[in-house]
Amino acid sequence: MTEKKKNEGGSGNHIKLSVVLRLGSYLFRHPLPMILAVVIMVVSNVLALAAPELSGHAIDALSLDGGVNFEKVFYYCALMAACYVVSAILSYLLTYVMIRVSKKVTIEMRNELFDHLLELPVSYFDGHQTGDIISHVSYDIDTINASLSNDLLQIFASAIMVIGSLVMMLKIKPVLVLVFAVTVPISVAFTRYKSVYVRPLFKKRSAKLGILNGYAEEILSGQKTVRSFHKEDVFLSRFDERNRDAVDAYYEADYQACAIGPSVNFINNLSLALISMFGTILYIFDKITPGNISTFILYSRKFAGPINEAANIIAELQSACAAAERVFALIDMEPEKPDAPDAGILSGNGGDVGFRNVTFSYDGEKVILHDITFDAPEGSVVAIVGPTGSGKTTVINLLMRFYDIETGNILLSDKPITSYTRDSSRAAFSMVLQDAWLFAGTVYDNIAYGKDNASEEEVYGAARAVGLEDFILSLPDGYETVISDNGSNLSKGQKQLITIARAMVSDAKYLILDEATSNVDSRTELSIQTAMRALMKGKTCFVIAHRLSTIQSADKIIVIRGGRIEESGTHDELLRMDGFYASLYLSQFR
Amino acid sequence: MHYILKYLKPYRGRVIVGSVIKFLGTIMDLVLPWILAYLIDDIVPLGQIGKVVFWGVVMILVALLGFVGNVTANRMASAVARDAARGIRHDLFRKVLSLSGRQIDEFTVPSLESRLTSDTYHVHQLLGQMQRIGFRAPILLIGGLIVTALFEPVLTLVIVALLPFIAWIVFRVSLKGIPMYADVQKSNDAMVGVVRENVQGIRVIKALSKKESEKKRFRSVNTELGAKEMKAGITMGVTNPLMTFFLNLGMTGVIIVGAYRVSHGLTEPGKIIAFLSYFTIILNAMLSVSRVFVMYSKGTASANRIGEILDAPEDLTVTEDAAPGKGLPAHISFDGVSFSYREGKTQLHDISFTVGRGESLGIIGATGSGKSTVIKLLERFYDADSGRIAIDGRDVRSIPRDELYAMFGSVMQNDVIFEDTVAENIRFGRDLDDAKVRRAAELAQASEFIERFEEGYEHPLTSRGTNVSGGQKQRILIARALAGEPDILILDDSSSALDYKTDAELRASLRTLEKRPTTILVAQRVSSLADCDKIIVLEKGRIVGYGTAEELNETCTIFREIRETQMGGMIVD
Repeated sequence: MTEKKKNEGGSGNHIKLSVVLRLGSYLFRHPLPMILAVVIMVVSNVLALAAPELSGHAIDALSLDGGVNFEKVFYYCALMAACYVVSAILSYLLTYVMIRVSKKVTIEMRNELFDHLLELPVSYFDGHQTGDIISHVSYDIDTINASLSNDLLQIFASAIMVIGSLVMMLKIKPVLVLVFAVTVPISVAFTRYKSVYVRPLFKKRSAKLGILNGYAEEILSGQKTVRSFHKEDVFLSRFDERNRDAVDAYYEADYQACAIGPSVNFINNLSLALISMFGTILYIFDKITPGNISTFILYSRKFAGPINEAANIIAELQSACAAAERVFALIDMEPEKPDAPDAGILSGNGGDVGFRNVTFSYDGEKVILHDITFDAPEGSVVAIVGPTGSGKTTVINLLMRFYDIETGNILLSDKPITSYTRDSSRAAFSMVLQDAWLFAGTVYDNIAYGKDNASEEEVYGAARAVGLEDFILSLPDGYETVISDNGSNLSKGQKQLITIARAMVSDAKYLILDEATSNVDSRTELSIQTAMRALMKGKTCFVIAHRLSTIQSADKIIVIRGGRIEESGTHDELLRMDGFYASLYLSQFR
Repeated sequence: MHYILKYLKPYRGRVIVGSVIKFLGTIMDLVLPWILAYLIDDIVPLGQIGKVVFWGVVMILVALLGFVGNVTANRMASAVARDAARGIRHDLFRKVLSLSGRQIDEFTVPSLESRLTSDTYHVHQLLGQMQRIGFRAPILLIGGLIVTALFEPVLTLVIVALLPFIAWIVFRVSLKGIPMYADVQKSNDAMVGVVRENVQGIRVIKALSKKESEKKRFRSVNTELGAKEMKAGITMGVTNPLMTFFLNLGMTGVIIVGAYRVSHGLTEPGKIIAFLSYFTIILNAMLSVSRVFVMYSKGTASANRIGEILDAPEDLTVTEDAAPGKGLPAHISFDGVSFSYREGKTQLHDISFTVGRGESLGIIGATGSGKSTVIKLLERFYDADSGRIAIDGRDVRSIPRDELYAMFGSVMQNDVIFEDTVAENIRFGRDLDDAKVRRAAELAQASEFIERFEEGYEHPLTSRGTNVSGGQKQRILIARALAGEPDILILDDSSSALDYKTDAELRASLRTLEKRPTTILVAQRVSSLADCDKIIVLEKGRIVGYGTAEELNETCTIFREIRETQMGGMIVD
């Protein structure tokens, strides 16, 4: 899907134009500063253009046959100085306005990207490396940002400069302008040709950097493992491959881009040579004054400068476009399917859950769940049991709507799960997973995360109930201790307890416990049993666990094997059936 | 900055050749106006069109030379920047891999990650630009000054008088810029941190419908980052207008001074025209310099951040054994070991035990009692505060890292699966043939499900192992630990997701090994530790029981309690 999109974006000129336009549209969300910027720019450039004209007059005044006319020289010089002062002030003002606007745009763009990221289906996150995703939000937007504040405006300024200079030159000697009739089209054609050629290279540069970032993130997360196997060299050499790809891609883009400046400079020098030649010839035939030649050359320099700049900028703009294409591709990526228009809010009443002939596959090929049907009445505890890889976690993924089913139906309070808004149906569940996830924040905030406006009593109470209070109070700042980096200094069991406390704070009416206490020792588990019972009370619970104590007391045990329900019933019923469950149960006494 | 220069050093030959070419190419840009002046002042009065055309052609040739020289030099510079940046990233990554647990905790992973990519990227950019514009501009400036000084020394003084002002501005502003960009990068770390957490915790965030509060959290770091970027940009933005202003003022000065000189017959208008032409070149050069200085400030801030890592003292250095030969000849021995992650809160108190070669040790205890810490100290991710940890009588601190880590095969809590095939995840970069990989998978009870994959051992796993179940993940990790036939096998709570049956089969298969590794097993279940030769019971960082399961059952109340709470046993996962 992403690949396809990328390829589409890579071909044809008008798509690039659409990227530029879309970038531009972000700028014009701030119309007032933009108009201000344009006005300032025009004025400051007109002043900058007026100065050479004035200096031409000044030079003429000092190259008169009858000696130097000091009065005139001073007059024009004073005017020049005035122009420069105003122009400098305006140009700083312009920088100020543009930086403000471009930073605002950057912030908005990052927010938009981030917001969209949260709307993407879980499958996107399961299939992409964290580092690569991060590189969109950080590197790609940075590249755009660098370009927005300078380049777009510069190009605009350059255009004014070029047009202005052209007008001024026409005023002096229209014939000389003919020289530009040769050089300008060459410049333009050349830059265009180059940029079409260069853009895919910049895109590759972005992509390779993303891959490098992804790899760095992955290995960094496993740094301890790499160290403990002492395989730093192997992973360093694999990193080096990606590093080489990244710097090579940079070089390839740069190799082409860095020729643009000198090329355009050459074309300008060519025109300078031609102007000098024809200018002097005109002078010989007495058609032009030396002051004219001087002014003309100054203008042609003025003319050349921005064109040069523009050429350099176009290279940068290409890299910004490449980055923007990546960002837009992500922003345009299909979010989770929107809620049905008539979707309702799943609220207070009822709590029955039913699976009706649910069949599911992640990739459309390998079927993970076959024709699953069961009922979980309100307030009941359903244990899901089965060998690893049999599809237990998939049941959870479907209940939470991390993935949507294609065949069959899941009913909540007797209505299809899709007839509720995603947010409301998810909010109805609280969930404790084996991989406890904490964020960089205080212990307090991590527990309070389970519910908006959780009260202090609720948070303290939950921590007490899971037996964490002593531990938390022993931390340097107690509840206000900041957990860093997914709690790298907490044990896995402590993290699980914090997430259980988080679930206790929440007042969702369904509860999912997926190996919630697998890393908690059994005595602690026993000591929090009362709390766990209180947590489960009145809620419809789905429990994946291998501790018999939890399973045994379940109202219903569903045994899944190979994606099918093999048997179900209470503990006693299943033992009587003497099937798979019974054999598992008995195996522990052997 | 010296870090960067160090990386340029190996390429100094290329830098010098490139600079010479750049120099020649740039000189061509300076020669052009010179010819122009000559054309106007000396050729024109002759009135010979032939000569005019001749000099015109010379100008074109000079321009062409300038073009070739500049492109060649730019490309050389780009190649040098590529190689230097590659070297910096290589060294940085190597250093990051060697950081101790404590250092990683201090720097934090998001920050390390952004230093590895975004900071090195800035430096890469700086390296290229510095050689290109950073070299060209001073040549244009100095060359322009020399040339102008040759034919109009007095007018040149006007420009020279301005230089101190310009230098001062550039110097002040970029000095101010460096800490600002350092600040920007720091905020960037925070922003990356939030994105990273969200990507990793997306299930929880969606489940708790926390999208809005996460968005708010992102807004706050993002706004802060934007504000800092803005501050830096606005500060740096002052250079360009000020420089332009001073130079233009100089230009006005030149005309006035020139007027006096013309009127005294000391110079000709043609020279002034040429002079102004040089002036424009110098001006344009200075403008590109102002861009380089933004990059310089940014690049230096990044270089300093890279330097912080490269300069991080090597933690956990190999030291002389303080008491060689001391202690018991056991394979592994802990002697009075105490440790705390941070001051004031001791994690382990006075831990002593021994494990003989080929024996197994089980560690059990409450959550947070210090079980994993024992392992981390043995594997030397951290150093003990006091006491002695020895392997074969040698202090672990005195064993070179190559040797030390070659001894272990371990599975840690929160261990990671990388995006690669199953086989590669087991092989883990070691020189192990397929037979060994398969054997390890069989021992770890993983072969059965691996073979059910269509591609078998070539089945691709996703990053963090999102496409396999928890139990499958653990068995792959165990296979990884076993594959190297380690001397010491460490399984830190690594069978928690295995069902009772598989766990038992795993233990049984480990018993069949001909050369049994010394094994340390951390587990929650008494049953997992049932056949360990010795078991340690930890409680709040102290050993409260040490012996066989039977002995502990007699002597250790806590052990008995643990056992009783698990009487129901485990069933499948």
